[in-house]
Amino acid sequence: MSLGCAHSLNATGVAGDPASPVHRLDPRAKIVGLAGITLVGVSTPPSHWPVLIACALALSAVAVAARVGPGVVWSRARVVLPLVVFVAVFVPFVRGGEQIDLGPFTVSREGLVTFASVASKAAIGTVSAVLLGATTSFPDVLHGLERMRAPRLLVLIAAFMYRYLFVIADEARRMRVALSARGYRPRHALQAAAIGRVAISLFLRTYDRAERVYVAMLARGYSGSTPRLNALVFRRADTLFLVGVAGALVPLRVLVGAS
Amino acid sequence: MSCVIEARGLQFRYPNGVAGLDGVDLSVGHGEHVAVLGPNGAGKTTLMLHLNGLLTGEGELAVAGIDVGRGDVRELRARVGLVFQDPDDQLFMPTVREDVAFGPLNLGASAAEASARVTEALATVRMEHVADRAPHQLSLGQRRRVAIATVLAMDPRLLVLDEPSASLDPRARRELLEMLSRIDRTMLVVTHDLPFAAELCERAVVLSAGRIVADGRCTDILRDEDLLAAHDLELPAGFDPALLRRQTVAAAA
Repeated sequence: MSLGCAHSLNATGVAGDPASPVHRLDPRAKIVGLAGITLVGVSTPPSHWPVLIACALALSAVAVAARVGPGVVWSRARVVLPLVVFVAVFVPFVRGGEQIDLGPFTVSREGLVTFASVASKAAIGTVSAVLLGATTSFPDVLHGLERMRAPRLLVLIAAFMYRYLFVIADEARRMRVALSARGYRPRHALQAAAIGRVAISLFLRTYDRAERVYVAMLARGYSGSTPRLNALVFRRADTLFLVGVAGALVPLRVLVGAS
Repeated sequence: MSCVIEARGLQFRYPNGVAGLDGVDLSVGHGEHVAVLGPNGAGKTTLMLHLNGLLTGEGELAVAGIDVGRGDVRELRARVGLVFQDPDDQLFMPTVREDVAFGPLNLGASAAEASARVTEALATVRMEHVADRAPHQLSLGQRRRVAIATVLAMDPRLLVLDEPSASLDPRARRELLEMLSRIDRTMLVVTHDLPFAAELCERAVVLSAGRIVADGRCTDILRDEDLLAAHDLELPAGFDPALLRRQTVAAAA
């Protein structure tokens, strides 16, 4: 849990070339553009491959422009992707229709197509999110969402989560080390009770901390809103990016829908 | 108005019946650096929270010209800067720059004005180079200095620090001490690091069981072994308050 947890937290944040044209885009443009690519991909009916391929090409273009390498994309996508694909992996075995033999297995052709299509959509959605995260810092994403009128409370909760995730992960790591230092090595499920107590203790500490943070905020004049230092500026490059994404994908998607 | 803090018979009782403050009388003048010494549970933090109107007890308390409990709370919080013990409680924004700007923006500063104050405050604590980092990427010593900057950016008349030297390594402690001695403001330092108090403050008060039991020159108080022992305070072994740098400087002058 602990060390691995800290490790996976380190595998977040901006990657690639921070000076690239994609990194310099307004966060709002990237949120809308990449969510748009996901939406086009996800809403495409199964086996309309040209649209999915176009989405994949659009994502590749973004990745190349941002100089985010396939290694980074893979290392981040693999955290989420297996969970999503796992759900779809049984479809070829249970779906009826024409059956084909694949070595020891007999699978449904229709099921295979469904699986391939679901897996590609999952990959498009995941890679879009990974690219947003690799080209935009989390605070910028939040700022963008705030300016796009996302509920302030949700944005504030996400901001606190981001800030204190590291603090709590660190506390969890220290408690885990302290358990091991006293010879704690669970061999079966019944001995896992100590982990539960660690979780309770973490929860109580976090609750206490929340009160202290709130008092510290009040001490600095907090009165319900968090004013921002920098305003976001939507430039021509941002418009061009959105027009480019929309121009490449929307006509194709509309054609597919009409056919 | 002659005093920054003027407390008369200040009392506070927590909801569970425990007395936090039991009749505190304290006057602190402009530009003074005063150490508040006392064991855990003496009421040091309770007193600190009163100075900013976060707790209100009975008795009289005026801070920076504002009658606490009746005056303008927003203005009070602008004039009194509290630096809490754990910087992770104080730094909650995603970047250092935004965190330092939080106070000035709450006080109604424009973005340009807030930016200027951020630059100035970070320069005072020598942390300009971390402005765009996230707080969790900094060391404890760095986070504590940034926490001080978040309050300096509000340009307070009174700076209150809760255990500023806690858990710092000797070098970070030394740097913090040097940085704080350069800040020319009225300062209340709540601590049980007695040598730290002696180097930073010319005056000390001892708070014990919610009352001020001693008030005088810091070096005199630290030399009073009976007083320290009676209130669970202790100098590090081998530490001689007579050899303090402050004294040698005074003797040379």
